[in-house]
Amino acid sequence: MTGIKSPDMASHDSHGNEPYVPVFTGESLRELQTLLGRYPTKMAALLPALWIVQRERGWVSDAAMAEVADVLELTPAYVKGVVTFYTMYHQHPVGKYFIQVCTTSPCGICGAEDVVKAFLQHTRTGELGLTSADDRYTVIEVECLGACGFATPVMINEQFIESVTPETVPEILARLP
Amino acid sequence: MVNLTIEGRAVSVPEGTSILEAAKTAGILIPHYCYHPSLPIPGVCRMCLVEVEKAPKLAASCATSVAEGQVVHVHTERALEARKGVLEFLLINHPLDCPICDQSGECELQDFTYQEGRADSRYRDPKRFNPVEDFGGDVIYVPNRCILCTRCVRFMDDIAHDTVLNVSERGDRALIGKFEGKDLTHPWAANVIDLCPVGALLSKDFLNKARAWELDRAASICPNCTQGCNIMVEVRDNSVARFKPRPNDDVNKFFMCDYGRLNYRWVNRQDRAEAPMIRSNGVLTSTDWEPAIHAAAELIRGARVFVLASPMLSNEALFLLSALIEHNGGAGTFRVATGDEAPLPGVEDLALRRDRAANVRGAELLGYTRSESPLDSLKEGEVLLIADDDLAGLPVSATSKASAVIVIGTTLPQGIDNPEVVLPITNFAEEEGTFTNLRGRVQRFTQAKAGPGGARPSWLVLGDLLGALGAQEQFFLPSDVFANLAATKSEFKGLSYDTIGMRGLPVLSAQPAGAAQ
Amino acid sequence: MGYPHKSHERETTVLTEHFGNTDAISLNGWKKRGGYQALEKALGMTPADIVNVVKESGLRGRGGAGFPTGMKWSFMKPGDGKPHYLCCNADESEPGTFKDREVMRWTPHALVEGCAVGAYAIGAETAYVYIRGEFTEPLERMEIAVREAYDAGILGANAMGSGKRIDVHVHKGAGAYICGEETALMNSLEGRRGNPRIKPPFPAVAGVFGQPTTINNVETLAAVPIILMKGAEWYKGMSLSNPKSTGTKLYSVCGNVRLPGTFEVVMGFPFKDFLYDLCGGPPQGRKFKAIIPGGASVPIQTMEEAEATLMDYEGFVAQGSMLGSGGVIVIDDAQSMVRVIARLARFFAHESCAQCTQCREGTAWTTKILERIRDGQGTMEDLDTLIGIAENMTGTTICVLSDSCATPVISGIRKFRPEFEALIHGKRVHSVMAAVA
Repeated sequence: MTGIKSPDMASHDSHGNEPYVPVFTGESLRELQTLLGRYPTKMAALLPALWIVQRERGWVSDAAMAEVADVLELTPAYVKGVVTFYTMYHQHPVGKYFIQVCTTSPCGICGAEDVVKAFLQHTRTGELGLTSADDRYTVIEVECLGACGFATPVMINEQFIESVTPETVPEILARLP
Repeated sequence: MVNLTIEGRAVSVPEGTSILEAAKTAGILIPHYCYHPSLPIPGVCRMCLVEVEKAPKLAASCATSVAEGQVVHVHTERALEARKGVLEFLLINHPLDCPICDQSGECELQDFTYQEGRADSRYRDPKRFNPVEDFGGDVIYVPNRCILCTRCVRFMDDIAHDTVLNVSERGDRALIGKFEGKDLTHPWAANVIDLCPVGALLSKDFLNKARAWELDRAASICPNCTQGCNIMVEVRDNSVARFKPRPNDDVNKFFMCDYGRLNYRWVNRQDRAEAPMIRSNGVLTSTDWEPAIHAAAELIRGARVFVLASPMLSNEALFLLSALIEHNGGAGTFRVATGDEAPLPGVEDLALRRDRAANVRGAELLGYTRSESPLDSLKEGEVLLIADDDLAGLPVSATSKASAVIVIGTTLPQGIDNPEVVLPITNFAEEEGTFTNLRGRVQRFTQAKAGPGGARPSWLVLGDLLGALGAQEQFFLPSDVFANLAATKSEFKGLSYDTIGMRGLPVLSAQPAGAAQ
Repeated sequence: MGYPHKSHERETTVLTEHFGNTDAISLNGWKKRGGYQALEKALGMTPADIVNVVKESGLRGRGGAGFPTGMKWSFMKPGDGKPHYLCCNADESEPGTFKDREVMRWTPHALVEGCAVGAYAIGAETAYVYIRGEFTEPLERMEIAVREAYDAGILGANAMGSGKRIDVHVHKGAGAYICGEETALMNSLEGRRGNPRIKPPFPAVAGVFGQPTTINNVETLAAVPIILMKGAEWYKGMSLSNPKSTGTKLYSVCGNVRLPGTFEVVMGFPFKDFLYDLCGGPPQGRKFKAIIPGGASVPIQTMEEAEATLMDYEGFVAQGSMLGSGGVIVIDDAQSMVRVIARLARFFAHESCAQCTQCREGTAWTTKILERIRDGQGTMEDLDTLIGIAENMTGTTICVLSDSCATPVISGIRKFRPEFEALIHGKRVHSVMAAVA
């Protein structure tokens, strides 16, 4: 879980015409089956199943939602309602490095906005939520990451970086493989 | 029973009743949106807030059970302020486009705002906008008018057992959503339109067709299958504009299926039989009612009759026809169009039934025989009475066996050139009567629109025909016919229009053992 | 130890004793420090006896509401034939709060042990630890700790050889503040949208999966093993003020303060000393202006109020606020209160689950007005409207997110009105604040 894991951006479901390749086969299916043993209902495995999808595909496409619905005996509309509730599931492909900068008040009063600006500038994404031309970066503002004492905390994919300042941004980006 | 006081009135209700329902028994309607008696209670709109003495916070009356000795105030300043606040919140992003909204006039947002909302809004910022979306089936979604009460989502989930709707996103971005390619195609989906308290879910069929206040409404029974869902027939300019379900706990709760709902255009047919006709010099010629009835009576007198009846006819019409058969000798038969059964899973014994006619059970109870090819049993020399069967798909040549053909119908049957007499009758929306549903429940329908031209109610025409044949009974009202039916047919014993009321009652054989009549 | 700073001498390090010590993270390291002795002891006691010890200790919920933990546990009726569940609320998402994160990062086994004891005490075989999705590192440490505990036979069908089944599962959230609300957490755990539920039924009657459930905060559960080992009297004795507030409390301190981080002090510690001594006071050349002492949902304190506060459940209330989650947000005189409050409102508007009308519409409307004032486009009428909206948002909804948004608005406008008026009248804030100061 630590370290930077690059999402598989070559997933088929990002291209409308190619057939969808199911996520839940082989190892992922076994993983899901283990998870199912932890809960008295299949529905309870929905969030974990979506996490598996996002890990394998980098985002949660409509086709993937339909697959999850099928596997857990839910409907695609139900799954979509849940996916859109939670902010951490990507409903679109994102850059190889998904950079979330906390800007909620405690970080906001410690200069988080300048950290955001530095990321936008150095990743050349220009605007929040957009992905850089080389598909490498997406930068978003995120609500409270729960590390307020280490302003400004930044999450790059699964990696949590504390006490980021505008000055340390170039160095952080340079360290990304 | 739990005793409490609501707005100063003593109320006694069973344990577990909500304050909102308890208030209804005292004649007090607490404003509400998300609550619906047929659906699970989410308690989210917060419109039904009331003040309960000794409780620190206002209570959502839909989600608060009554308690012994409770004192509830609905109209205190504090409760009114809170509800006023809810209405203001609901309207800040609402487009206020009542003049072009189909819900206008029957909109609970309008009603409660007029009743207790603010006269103005303090909102000064741009309104949220989302485009209209086709939800499939008969439903379109206008998100800008949506108050997110989630009745539609809960209906599809808990009653239709087909979760095609969801709440998507959260905060003020939230809206009702569906999955691309999965539409509201469930056979009962259009109920979400009725459940929607505002103009967010609209019927495509009814779109921009009429203003709610222009419609005349009549309590009726859906004629489109044997379930007998209670409905309102809503009419504008003497044309049925829509069917809407009318609540009846014993039959259809609050619902009706899409097939029944949308299958009303035939009621407005323009190619109707409008004047009585008799064959004169080989040509059907319009005439007055008296000569037409007389001519029909003369043809029938002394002859065996063969009645091909429509199972869309009322108990009253079928009864009078059966009296004719009994009087003269003969037989009665009918045929039924069929289709696939489509149940509403969340409600016991509620379905769009295979038999697509209102009064199949009534016809059976009154001695008619069901047949796929009813004309086969027509015997040489019998008088054939075609009672509103359109003969479509039947071998018309078979009618030549009859000594005479008399049509008693809303239209002239296709492909037949030998009727001697045509007696035009009104259809179910144009007269009063009763149907017997598949569970033997006798239910009344009332007149919703005027019949065309000189067409007369079926019971009146058949009563006159019997009179011309020498029957003693005189019928001035359909209830007279029914009284005679109840007195004659043991199955219907004890029933009358008064006892049936607008909610219906079962015939004897359909009643549980020991039920007192 | 201490993290991120060495523990201050005036701190009482009960839960934070091993913070910063990488050696305490593993099962072996934890056992070396007396780990799982409490669970062993607990498994030899009756559940009722454990509940009594916790009741005696005076331990109250550390998530924000301060409900007595032992009493909460006693609501779980033994022998009702239903499966019981324990949920550990590790969704720590209240802005300003990050104490549970440190508990899980440094002493994950303390929480696993607390969960196991708690589960046993309430007659549950299964405990779910619901950790917010953003907490990748705590999540990983907890998963490892749970795996170690299973491998060592501490958890599982025969927990520590007791013949009793205790399962602990880590469940990862996916980005929703509201899932820290107990009933929303249960919905989320069930695979639903994180919508708070109407109560009743209360969780002890019908909680997660419709079964009797107890839900406790990380800090609460982590304290239980220590209480079992050292006794209720010892815990109860840690109180400098009100006997209803006992033990130590973790505070996470952030914002404009010299030493942000997690601190642990005994109930009733003077807030003034805490801020200036333990936390090192304001940054160079600045002054404290305001404190939000219990996470973003509680009323804002002026410095006069804050400096007069004794840090316990009652003490914060006496000074116009609440202990809440113990997330202390410190705001100095360089900040615009309007900006701070507008940003908080935006947070709540973003996080509203969309169920209740007042919250869904009110949080967004509040944000629009506050941002307009922040940008110099406000009117005096807006201030009245803000108060009016906030009043309509208070005490009228299923959960308190709506109230939480209204709270800083009401307290902010009441206590720092000149800043709002200055922006409305087009003056620069700081000059006005200098005048006020």
